[in-house]
Amino acid sequence: MDFQNLQDVQHQVLHYANVTTSQFQRLPGSAIALRYIKSSYQNDPVRSAIELVLVLFAVRYLLAPSYSTQKPNKIRLTEEEVDDLVEDWTPEPLALGLSTIEEAENEKRPVVVGPSGPKVKIATASGSRHVTNLASWSFYNFGNNEIIKEKAIASLRRYGVGPCGPPNFYGTQDVHMKTEAEIAAHIGAPACILYAQGFSTISSVIPAFSKRGDIIVADRAVNYPIRKGIQVSRSTVYWYDHNDMEDLKRVLETVVRSQAKKPLTRRFIVTEGLFENVGDMVNLPKLVEFKHQYKFRIILDETWSYGVLGTHGRGVTEQQNVDPNHIDMIIGSLAGPLCAGGGFCAGSLEVVEHQRISSSAYTFSAALPAMLATTASEALAMREQTPELGVRLRENIDALRDQFNPERYPKSVWLFPQSAPENPVVMLVLKPEVVESLGIGRDEEDRLMAEMVEECLKKDVLITRLKPIPQILGSTARDASWQPRPALKVCVSAVLSKKEIEAAGTVVRRATYGVMERRKRR
Amino acid sequence: MPAVTFDSSTSPTPSSTSSTDSTARKRSSLPKMSNPFSFFSSSPKRKSAEAAMMQAVIAQQQALLNSPSSPGSHLLPTICLSSGEQKSNETQTLFQPPSPEEAAKQARAHSQFGPLLSKAHLHSSQFPGGEFPEPLEDEPPYYYVLTTYISYLILIIFGHVRDFFGKRFRKERYSHLKARNGFAPLNDDFDNFYVRRLKMRINDCFARPTTGVPGRFITLLDRDSDDHNLTFRYSGTTTETLNMSSYNYLGFAQSDGPCADAVETTVKKYGISMASSRGEAGTSDLHVEVENLIAEFMGKPAAMVFSMGYVTNAGAFPAIVGKGCLIISDELNHASIRFGARISGAVVTAFRHNNMKDLERVLRENIAEGQPRTHRPWKKILVAVEGLYSMEGTMCNLPALVELKKKYKFYLFVDEAHSVGALGAGGRGVCDYFGIDPAHIDILMGTLTKSFGANGGYIAADKTIIDKLRLTNPAALMGEAPTPPVLMQIASSLKIIIGRLVPGQGQERLQRLTFNARYLRLGLKRLGFIVYGHDDSPIIPVMLYNPAKMPAFSHEMLKRNISVVVVGYPATPLISSRARFCVSAAHNKEDLDRMLQACDEIGDVLQLKFSSGIAGGSLPEGEDQVEVKSKGRARANSIVPPRWPLDDVIRRGVEDTKKPLM
Ligand SMILES: Cc1ncc(COP(=O)(O)O)c(C=O)c1O
Repeated sequence: MDFQNLQDVQHQVLHYANVTTSQFQRLPGSAIALRYIKSSYQNDPVRSAIELVLVLFAVRYLLAPSYSTQKPNKIRLTEEEVDDLVEDWTPEPLALGLSTIEEAENEKRPVVVGPSGPKVKIATASGSRHVTNLASWSFYNFGNNEIIKEKAIASLRRYGVGPCGPPNFYGTQDVHMKTEAEIAAHIGAPACILYAQGFSTISSVIPAFSKRGDIIVADRAVNYPIRKGIQVSRSTVYWYDHNDMEDLKRVLETVVRSQAKKPLTRRFIVTEGLFENVGDMVNLPKLVEFKHQYKFRIILDETWSYGVLGTHGRGVTEQQNVDPNHIDMIIGSLAGPLCAGGGFCAGSLEVVEHQRISSSAYTFSAALPAMLATTASEALAMREQTPELGVRLRENIDALRDQFNPERYPKSVWLFPQSAPENPVVMLVLKPEVVESLGIGRDEEDRLMAEMVEECLKKDVLITRLKPIPQILGSTARDASWQPRPALKVCVSAVLSKKEIEAAGTVVRRATYGVMERRKRR
Repeated sequence: MPAVTFDSSTSPTPSSTSSTDSTARKRSSLPKMSNPFSFFSSSPKRKSAEAAMMQAVIAQQQALLNSPSSPGSHLLPTICLSSGEQKSNETQTLFQPPSPEEAAKQARAHSQFGPLLSKAHLHSSQFPGGEFPEPLEDEPPYYYVLTTYISYLILIIFGHVRDFFGKRFRKERYSHLKARNGFAPLNDDFDNFYVRRLKMRINDCFARPTTGVPGRFITLLDRDSDDHNLTFRYSGTTTETLNMSSYNYLGFAQSDGPCADAVETTVKKYGISMASSRGEAGTSDLHVEVENLIAEFMGKPAAMVFSMGYVTNAGAFPAIVGKGCLIISDELNHASIRFGARISGAVVTAFRHNNMKDLERVLRENIAEGQPRTHRPWKKILVAVEGLYSMEGTMCNLPALVELKKKYKFYLFVDEAHSVGALGAGGRGVCDYFGIDPAHIDILMGTLTKSFGANGGYIAADKTIIDKLRLTNPAALMGEAPTPPVLMQIASSLKIIIGRLVPGQGQERLQRLTFNARYLRLGLKRLGFIVYGHDDSPIIPVMLYNPAKMPAFSHEMLKRNISVVVVGYPATPLISSRARFCVSAAHNKEDLDRMLQACDEIGDVLQLKFSSGIAGGSLPEGEDQVEVKSKGRARANSIVPPRWPLDDVIRRGVEDTKKPLM
């Protein structure tokens, strides 16, 4: 093609266009008209018509005789007065100093020296010592698996570390597509999308679908990221009592009844597979029944159940024999038992493709490092192909829970595991009758738990405790939301022998016993 | 510089055939030296192994000749080592062809990080002092504004017409926008219109999948669509392109070299993940080391790292402000800042982008008014800005902000996602660039996904603030901790920047980046493009305006084996669709000249040379020996719209890059 010729023609056209524009500019009011067109974003004829009406209305309004009904309540301050106010204003400090409890908490936070695993070295004032690690989510120790490590290094040597860009701007690498396909195939969903962090995935998924005016019905006990996702979505939210299917039914019926006359909006039930704050399991078959009965979509957070539940680690759907296609969005983490990084959302193709353009944490954040995506793929395959891992894990969970069975250990009367028997994060809480008879409040419960954690660490077993859900700073007791029962979190590992688990469990049992006996005597 | 011709090795890929005519003709005007690298750009997969090896050998020798100072020069001892056994038999010469593996390795390294061609191609990133200028935003002639609106109008009308018929005759395609079995559609018909009818047309320019390292070059997976970009078919082939799109500012996206080696060792020693949160068992000695390094680098007493930059912001705001507080945010702030601000419970308001007068107005108004309804004084006021804006290429006006802060006593939060590593003589971000003590900024946040080639984010601040954050930041309490390999990438790249590892290399990377950014920006201005942003910014947005020019520009670039990002509405205002180039230290002058040539050609074809000259690029005063073809119409004032010929741009570029660009 001869561009020169084409360009000449174009310049000719351009010239005429320019002449016309300059003529047009001479017309009075042309600038305003232009500016109007410029700012009329959508070029939407309906909108223009409405705006025209508005303009006419404004003109009429302005021409109407003015009379004031009340004094304007906005007081006009002089510049000097504002200066004085500015002068007078003293802000609170950005961060208040730490209380002694807080300081202690910061100091006691364990620092692992070297690799994480079922046995770790932790730093002490005078070097380091070995402890049994029952605080990490690495139930199968995939992070130290030599085959997986080799694959990760091969990936490093091909892709480097970071993809240096968000997925939509050249950050999507073939490994991401592969991992997405593999997760989808593993779960049995049509498609899957990979996020760069597991923790924040659901906070971004919820507002991608549920907007202002839509309805969310959520379990009262859901975790922090779900709460924030709901908050950002600005949808109307209804809470039902934790795992109470009767209450859920009641709430759903209320919503359906109150919405009957209004236009149909999107409705979601949001809940978790294994609850982060309680440890028990959702009743998925019932949820699916409600879904079809009341026409609510299901958003299921499987952060704590994916890779854990089910023979092949497919999560609650496998555990409870539910077709994953009934669950509209399954959110999971790859940074937990799979020892990689990132999170995902699996669902229909429509659900997944929608997120690629409208899920904030996906579009506005760099993609997952390739070597972590590779790790996820490998760990996933390993978990799927080795159902024995799940069996071993279950045996060890049972062994640990047994320590708190009063029939076996008659002195073990203070705490009980409130988590589901399948949950490798064993959550130990004080029995309600204990709390009542000793008359202790939440704060003290929490402190007792902290003491127990410390006591265990002295005996070389690292466990953690459930922290309260962070509240909005400066909020009053009145707007405080649901809070979990303070609990000990003991994370069981499948790679420790039964003996080792029993030994560690004994330490935990004795520590809790010691702390509680001391408390009783006080 | 030796001008070596390698025309024979320039093998255009099949996808570029349609443009070869015009390129071939134009190419004669180009200095020969810009040719040797172009063979990198063609897909290595499509060549026989033998040819590829030969070219690699040539490339390597070329690198040796060209870059006495480049990292490539350490190659020589390696050659000696590889043939160490017969040292006595063979005479070692400097230009002995390297072994094929060595050559391949070298070529690979150069495709990730280009060799420096001359010591002259370095420049330090430093604010020259004086009043920090507002960047001048040139405007296109009305004709283009008008046609842009008309184009959108046509696109919208077209879309509605297609919808009208589609909804009647191809119902199944619209079923997802209708209620199904009592479920409301996930997508609103109205909200989805833009995606369905506008974005879908140019979907092939977005989310192009890649493979390998996003370094100086980036390898794209070739794809095709049979259904107008609804789905893509992958042919299995790849194309290596010049990478003007990744946030790889300092070129640390590398799969070889000290960083990758350190990461490998770390994986072997530490495993892959901590599989825990920082609040539980997820803190290792590596975390402590990296946090100390970052605190030192940022000039703050303490720092904290997170596994995602987005969440660093999302978690930081709720941990420091809440009810009764006010967040004043630049209107163009990143989505993560908006997310964090929204969940914090504070009142959020915005000021016009980078407009300090407007900020002052908002401050005065709000301090005078107090909290809404109760009119109690605010507990805290936090002003959140970014160091370098990723869509505009503008820097925040830090000197003015610090002045305002003294008077209005607000807290200052600077998101240095793009500026850390990319700005300042030492790469320490905007404070370094402006020579301002970091103590004046309360919270320095940044991401590690960009300049450091890693992942995650950090916050650097006073010790009390960091200590408090460790207790209250949800992302630290519950989110996964950064993984050891990622931490090691951060630590090693940071050590290179501050010169503790491979002394000299960090400085060179920083100065290459600044030179490259200024060189390309100046070149584009002189060619006549409207470029946004400040001069030292490595983000260079080139304005396209017309929506149809986005895909056209992207395709034309891809034909020339260059990857660029194009963005339009809704990421930008409707009118200002743009292409965005991200310059890297991994680029060298040849890459930039190749880029300038491509822009020159495409700018002529697509009519993108709109600039009036007010934003610079015109002839320096009193110089008229260079004949400038003035194609555009001269404006009323005396500024001549710059339309330099490419040869002159390249000839004068290196020298003029070091002068003020205005
Ligand atoms: C200003 C700003 N803040 C935060 C982020 C998020 O960082 P990351 O990609 O590491 O999640 C980005 C990334 O695009 C950014 O530009």
